[in-house]
Formats: sequence, C-alpha cells, structure tokens
Amino acid sequence: MSDTAILDGCSAPLPAPAANHAGRDARPVLRERGQREVFCGLTGIIWLHRKMQDAFFLVVGSRTCAHLLQSAAGVMIFAEPRFATAIMEERDLAGMVDAQDELDRVVNRLLERRPDIRTLFLVGSCPSEVIKLDLAKAAQRLGAVHMPRVRILNYSGSGIETTFTQGEDACLAALVPVMPALPANSPKELLIVGSLPDIVEDQFLRLFAQMGIERVGCLPARNARDLPAVGPDTRYLLAQPFLAETAMALEGRGAKRLDALFPFGAEGTTSWLRAAATEFGVDEALFDSIVAPGRERVRIALSKLRPQLEGKRISFLPDSQLEVPLARFLQDELGMELVEIGTPYLHRAHLARELDRFGPNVRLSEGQHVERQLDRVRADRPDITVCGLGLANPLEAEGFTTKWAIELVFSPIHGFDQAADLAELFARPLRRRDLLEV
Amino acid sequence: MQLAVWTYEGPPHVGAMRVATAMEKLHYVLHAPQGDTYADLLFTMIERRGKRPPVTYTTFEARDLGKDTAQIFQDAAREAVARFNPQAIIVGASCTAELIQDDPAGLAEAMGLPVPAIPLELPSYQRKENWGAAETFYQIVRTLADKSVVREPREGRKARANILGPTALGFRHRDDLVEIRKILDALGVEVNLIAPLGATPEDIGRIGAADFNIVLYPEIADEAARWLERTFAQPAVRTVPIGVGATRSFIADVAELAGADPTPALGDTSSRMPWWSRSVDSTYLTGKRVFIFGDATHAVAAARIAREELGFEVCGLGCYNREFAREIRAEAARCGVEPLITDDHLAVEDAIAAACPELVLGTQMERHIAKRLGLPCAVISAPVHVQDFPARHSPQMGFEGANVIFDTWVHPLVMGLEEHLLTMFRDDFEFADEHGPSHLAAHSPRAMARTVTPDEHEPVALAETAPAATAPADASGAPVWTAEAERELKKIPFFVRGKARRNTENFAALEGRSAIDLETLYDAKAHYAR
Repeated sequence: MSDTAILDGCSAPLPAPAANHAGRDARPVLRERGQREVFCGLTGIIWLHRKMQDAFFLVVGSRTCAHLLQSAAGVMIFAEPRFATAIMEERDLAGMVDAQDELDRVVNRLLERRPDIRTLFLVGSCPSEVIKLDLAKAAQRLGAVHMPRVRILNYSGSGIETTFTQGEDACLAALVPVMPALPANSPKELLIVGSLPDIVEDQFLRLFAQMGIERVGCLPARNARDLPAVGPDTRYLLAQPFLAETAMALEGRGAKRLDALFPFGAEGTTSWLRAAATEFGVDEALFDSIVAPGRERVRIALSKLRPQLEGKRISFLPDSQLEVPLARFLQDELGMELVEIGTPYLHRAHLARELDRFGPNVRLSEGQHVERQLDRVRADRPDITVCGLGLANPLEAEGFTTKWAIELVFSPIHGFDQAADLAELFARPLRRRDLLEV
Repeated sequence: MQLAVWTYEGPPHVGAMRVATAMEKLHYVLHAPQGDTYADLLFTMIERRGKRPPVTYTTFEARDLGKDTAQIFQDAAREAVARFNPQAIIVGASCTAELIQDDPAGLAEAMGLPVPAIPLELPSYQRKENWGAAETFYQIVRTLADKSVVREPREGRKARANILGPTALGFRHRDDLVEIRKILDALGVEVNLIAPLGATPEDIGRIGAADFNIVLYPEIADEAARWLERTFAQPAVRTVPIGVGATRSFIADVAELAGADPTPALGDTSSRMPWWSRSVDSTYLTGKRVFIFGDATHAVAAARIAREELGFEVCGLGCYNREFAREIRAEAARCGVEPLITDDHLAVEDAIAAACPELVLGTQMERHIAKRLGLPCAVISAPVHVQDFPARHSPQMGFEGANVIFDTWVHPLVMGLEEHLLTMFRDDFEFADEHGPSHLAAHSPRAMARTVTPDEHEPVALAETAPAATAPADASGAPVWTAEAERELKKIPFFVRGKARRNTENFAALEGRSAIDLETLYDAKAHYAR
C-alpha cells in the first residue's frame, strides 16, 4: 500500500458540521479522525479535587480508570487524594448484583470514612456509560439520604464523550444547576469561570477590586458548597477556553458572556480585564492606570525571553484546548512562528477573537489521527513541538525538541505575573537542547 | 464494586502491552475508546523508551456506538498492518470495548490480513495486568511456535536454553538479563531465545529448538513454559536467582539440565554479598525487623534473603497477586508470620503500621506508605516508578544482583556505630536522632517531617503508627505513662521508639499495671530482650 493510500486509509475526515457560526471565520480547518493521543475527561479530577477542597470525586468505572488516574497523577500526589474509583467487576456486569445497590454500598462506606466530604461527584466513565448505569438517578437517590451533610452530583468524564479538559467543563456544568439564584434586578455581578490556581485567582480578584468591581464570584469556588449565585444580572468571563458546555448552562440561567481574548500574556490579560471594566463602567483612565504596572512587568520579563523564542517555529499537537490562545500569545508577544495548531475541539465562537490574530499560513487542525499528525511534524520539522507525555520522548529520540502539554494545564500561566513563567515553559526545552553536550 | 484509590496492577490489556512493547515487529491492535492511550506514557515516561509502544488504539466515540465500531476496528487494523509492517499482530479489546462485544478476533480473521492475527481474550472485569501479560505471552507462543521443530541430538553441541519472562516496564528485567547471560556463558549454555524482550514473532517460531526453559518471571512466563513442557518436552528451571542462595541453586539446576560443570559459575569472584554480610560492621543488622510486600516472586525472594543472608527478622510478608498466594503462604509459614494477600493498599498500610518495622521492602506504594510513616524503605518489586529505571546497571538477579540488594537495603538504615552514638548522646543538640541517618540526607524521611512540623517533638509518624498509645488512655483503662517515663522514652532512638512504646504498653497491660513508670519501662525492656 502506498503512503497516500495509508493517508486515505481508515479515517475519513469528519463531515463538516453545519456552519453554526455564520462563516465568521472562513479559515480552513483540517478535521482529523483516528487514534487520539490524548487523555480522557477523568484526568481533570487531578486538579479539580485540589481546587475544590470539600469535594470528593468517585469514578464509577473499571480498573483502567483507576490505573489512568494513578498513572497521570499518582506519583505527583503524596497525601491521600480526594478521589477514588469504584471498580466494576464481573458480578456487577453479569447482573449477579444490582450495580445501583453496589454503588450505594460503596458511597456509604466512603462517606463514613471521610466525614470531611461535603460534595461528592459521581463521575461516569466509558464502561459506566456503555452499560448505561444511570448516575443521575444514583446521585438523586443518594442525595436524598445524605443531604444536607453531603451534596451528591454527577457528570461524565468518559473518553467516549470527553477529551482531557472537557472533563472540567462537564464537572462545572454539573455545578451550574445548583448555584443559588441571583434575584432579578440585582446589581450586576461578575463571575470568573474555569478553575485557576488560587494565587492567580487572587491576583485577578485584587485587580477587579481596584477597579471597584466588588461583586465577583468564581466557578468553581474553592469550597464547592459556597457556590456563587447566578442569574440574568450575571456577566461571566471564561478563564479557560474549554468550557463550552458550562457556558451554555450559564446562558441557560440568564448569565451573559463577556467576549475577550483569554488571559494569557499582556494583551490577553488586558483584553480579558477590559471586557469586565467596560461592562461594569470602569473609567478608562482608571483601568489603564490599574493594568499599567502589570503590563510593564510583562514587558520587562518577556524582553529577556523574547530573544530565545523569536522566529522559532512551533507546532501544537491536540491536547487541552489551550492551544489556540497560547499560540496567539507566543506569536504576538514573543514573535514565534506558528506552524500547526492542533486542538481536540475548536470552539469557533469562544475563540473568534483569538483566531482573528492568526496569520494566513497557520495550519489549524481539529481532532487527531496521530500517525498522520506525526508525519506532518516530521515534514514540518518545527523547532519545538507541544505534545502529550506518550509522544514526547519518542519525538525527542527522533531529534525533535518537545514541551509536555500537561505542564501547561498544571502550572499557573494566566495573568500578567505568570506571562513570563508561561514563556519560560517553552524557552526551557530550547535552552536545554543548546546547553547539553551529550 | 471495589473501592480503590491506588492499584497495584493495571488492567490486563496493559499486561498485553508490556509483552507487545518488549517484542520487535509485533503490533497490537487494541479496540479501545479515546483516553486509553494514557498507557503509552507508562512506557515513554516511566521507562524512558524512545519509541512509542507498538499499539494502535481504534479510538471509538459515543456517537460510533451501535453503528460502525466494528468497521473502525477493521480500518485501524488494516492501516496498522500497512503502516508498521509487522510480522504478526495481536488483537483484543480494552474494558470498554469488551462491553460492546465487537469480537476483534472474528473481525481480524475475516479480514484475511497478510500476517497472523493472534486473538486475545483478556477479561478486564476479572483479571489484572500480570495475568494479561502471561496470557498474551502464552497465546503468542502457542500460535507462533513451529511445532515441527526437532531438536538436534545433544552430542557435539552446547546445551540451549530459552530465557522466558522479561518484558517492557519490568522491575530491573533489563539488568537481570545481563546477569543471567553471564551465568549461562560461564556454564557454556547457549541462549536459543530470549522472549518476550527483544524477540520477533519469527524468533518465537524456533522456541522449540531449546533443550530447556528458564522461567525468570513466573508471573509472566509460567503459563507459556508449562505449554512448552507439554509440547516440546522442554523441562523448566523455576528457581528465581534472586539472592546468593537462590543464585547458587539456580546455577546447580541449570548445570544439571545442561549437563555442565557448575563450578566456574559458582566461583564468581564478584560475589561480595556473603562477606559484606559477615563482616563485623554488619552485626548491627541482626534481627532488624523488616516488612516485605510486593509481587509474590520478589517478595518470597526478599524474605529468604532477609532471613538467611542478612540476618533480619521478617515481621510481615505479603503479595498483591493472588495467583501466587501459595508461594507466599509457604514462605510466611517459614518466617512465622501471617501472610498478607491483598490488593488493597490501605490494608497494607495498616499492617505496616501495626508491625512497626525498622525497614520496609515493597513497591512504589509501600515507598509512599513508608514515607508517611517515617520508615526507611527500599523498592523490591513492580509497580514501578521512573526511579526504578536507573541509568546504571542495577540487577536483582545473580551474584551482582545480591550485591546490589545488599547496598539498596542496608543504606536506608542507620549504621552500626551511629546507632549506638545516637542512643548514648541523644541530647546532643547537633546530633539529635530526628536528623536521621547522617549519610543519607536526601533519603531521610525524618528531615522532611521536621521541616513540615518544626515544633513537633515526637515525630508525626509515630503518632500515626500508634494512635491508641498516644491517645489519653484512662477511658479505656489502659496504662498511663508517667512524665518521667515519657521523657526516658524520648531518649530511645526514633527508629525503635514506636516499638518500645508499644511493647511497654503491652507489657504493662499484661502485668495489670495501671501506670507506666521508669521501672515498667525497663522491666518491659528485659521482658522483650532478644
């Protein structure tokens, strides 16, 4: 079989979806289908369980799910984590026991052992979805027993439905219905949506406070039982680009999205803060004076990193949906050349402003056929390739410099004061490549 | 349903991946949803492999269910064969694909692929990683072994052996192989085949040409070896050469099957462990209480070494792989302890805390437990971590393996004279025992506990170890410590303090004493004298 035949082989491109976004961006997107070298949505538990300190995540799944969680996170976590897997066994599947009864038993035992849990997420997995184990029903039934002490919610982090960060989207979307209602005609409130490291969240809250925006909530809240209120007077800013379902749920409760770049780098952060400032009627001069010191710090810090990254060619393999805004930052503020920006899912509406910044030669791809993607990397020979942990060492062994994508999800990278840290994540592998003489 | 935080073994298809990744020119077409590719990072990150595992995941999604998942499987298989050009493929399902019952075996057979497609039935909801590896290796051997192979007569040629069991992601398999080859060389035995590690499907064809098999890792190779015994009348060496004694037995077994003189291999002058253990510096190792947990093969070997070659006392022994529980029970009986057969790491943690060992030998899981309890630890078995793939040669098997084991197990302990000095001068402000072993700052759990809780006088770990002892005792009628006895207890080095506290309390309870004073403390010491 020829190479072309292989390329045309199993994975026919997906049919293009109906043009939802009315042709706002006519940029062609390479839609790929095939083997995806990405995590499933369960992986989000690894940061969500740290962010929400009163929440516990119980995956209802298989040994594979448990193994994934410990392989992706295990060695990083020393304390007993606030997550676990209820591993389904033969008897659960063969109908020898009622899976719902078994789940009750496991949950009761867990809540006995961990009285500190105030919110329990039952997290669906591939096997639980395939056998159609109704976790919504289970959450309702168990909730009736354990409320008010423990609130029980459910979402699916299964690989057949979610990719990596979409797990957070599903989790936050599950929280939206239980957010208290903001009474009609309340003063406008701002909601920051998407889990951020506490330090970054605090920086943003300080900036909003300086602008005089006092009523600011965060989803997720550090304490899952202290959810902010939501209603028609809520204006929300997405802090992460992967929150399509959560945004829809918030819109469903009347909240309105403030359109902005995502808060990466000086430009992204300024645009993001400005969207709120404008909506809340903050005086323009005041706004400029508040963001000026942050912008200046970014300028100074990036000026040291820019020479290392300027003109370097970069390809992103699909991973976290952070690819588009990060690529925009690297292009606009560090002068990098974008070769291919792969993303598991491209939300054209949320990313419209980001995509507008890309030059005409940037190749955008959505979904993945990993073999063809690697063929393109080999043909493109970028200076740095951003990819998952399964691909990094094999690419390094082929002579490519790589950056593990997962570090971009686990590090504080948003806002003014993290912009240089973010740039450093890309500069370090290049510097190391030049440094080593072995 | 079983509630699990950490697991000792992955699902069985990960075992199949370990076999496939170890081999050359074999490809695994795995019917699996998106996300199961996480398993690749075990090999590329933990083992630092420079190549992706030879696995194609079909990657079906929710919207494919009930429609064309079978087609997706066939497309992926066809593409994998065209792209990677393997000599054979193995086909199977991960846990989710097992539920949709697409029958990868039947689908692959119907495709008429140009290479053998070996079907794997790995029941994900009943079995685990080691079993999956063993079953995969057995199916590969059974399918690919050329049954028409006739062994040449033994006269006029060297004896030939197959070395069976080493896989990808195995605990020190790479280095063990070097040691085994060294022994076979010294005995004049030819290696017919090493499998799975480094073997191609074509190589497996001539597996019947060997005179006998060496089962290095029974968890993986025993099933195949039993089939080879039946099919080719190949006897098997089942002694696992971990430790000096076991290595000597192994050499004797191989020499007997090969009709060779064992003397050159037995006389290996680089075997230092026996003298290191006999030298007077090691006297302090006598009776050190050690808790052992791991896969059955490594745990049994560790228990023997601990008892017979280092003079330790085994105070706990167990394994997570139930399939080999018999071996653990037998060894536990020899050690005079209750065997612990469980894959629940919380049960293992409880057992370790209750046993108050001075050294923990375990897996990565026990390393975490030991760190939490403030106990020295060495890793002896999978599940593995990136640290278990050292850059240097670091075998467990053979005489060099025994040398490595001596160093690895003894270094985390407080050394002989230092132990005495700590006892004598506990109040020296620069020499407080919380500083831990002086030569091992990086490995000292005590130092960490101190940075976390600088004001903590009693190490945190011991409070956790003996919660009943530190709780106010009056309610339960248990004996109460006098202030003077408490102070005296703190003069005992930290690594035996937990044990001393527990022994003293047990003794006091036994004697019906309501208070523990200095007298009780020293009476108990005499009572429990070794």
